[in-house]
Amino acid sequence: MLRVSQPVYDALRQHGEETYPHECCGVLLGHFLEEGGQAVNAVEEAVRAGNTRTDSAHNRYHIAPQELVKIQRTGRERGLEIVGFYHSHPDHPAQWSLTDFAEAHWLGCSYVITAVERGAARVTNSFRLAGEREEDKAFEDERIEVTGQMNPGFEPEPLRQSRK
Amino acid sequence: MKIEIPYPLRPYTGNQPAVDVDAATVAEAVNGLTSRYPDFQKHLYTPDGKLRSFVNLYLNDEDVRYLPEREETAVNDSDTLSIIPSIAGGSCPVG
Repeated sequence: MLRVSQPVYDALRQHGEETYPHECCGVLLGHFLEEGGQAVNAVEEAVRAGNTRTDSAHNRYHIAPQELVKIQRTGRERGLEIVGFYHSHPDHPAQWSLTDFAEAHWLGCSYVITAVERGAARVTNSFRLAGEREEDKAFEDERIEVTGQMNPGFEPEPLRQSRK
Repeated sequence: MKIEIPYPLRPYTGNQPAVDVDAATVAEAVNGLTSRYPDFQKHLYTPDGKLRSFVNLYLNDEDVRYLPEREETAVNDSDTLSIIPSIAGGSCPVG
């Protein structure tokens, strides 16, 4: 399960809107927890990263390793680990692609994808990279728990105007 | 010197987030790590001994691949070697 606060959840989705029609990307810092036998990747902070794939930024992303090293270092100085990554899929479903899978190597981490349709963030999904090594890795659907709201994942309909 | 271990590879260092090794070069540092934790070897290198394409070695802020002496670069006790898997992807259906 991925646990993320509402402000961080909103921020990573907003990032995808800001970079539309290009993919955004970033790093999730937090803690690896285990609750009742279940792995919980608890996010404390989403750190924006630059997308170096300027040649094909509408459907590819890549974070420079040097930027990743710095994010990991500053995170560890504050007691935080890299627990996942996020990126957007402009005008494309929030499902992992073969490219996402081929390029995923952080076992145990969460890969969060937000579908951005015509500039507006829609569905956000998370996939945990399971497995013990590169050869047996697999993406597993992962529930997102957004803290700080009444019903995570539930979007209420607008209230109807009462008739006078 | 210190070698920082990312979470995915930590099961192979007894869950240690960082490992201290005595080494004069980057290669000696990595050898020291894999000697102490033999299971680590296959996660860093292909069967024919090449560093896996998605594994990056950073000496402080420098990519070891682009240092003039690469893995033979001299190190001292205050240096930090980071092992950092790459991160990339995208909606593009083919690699």
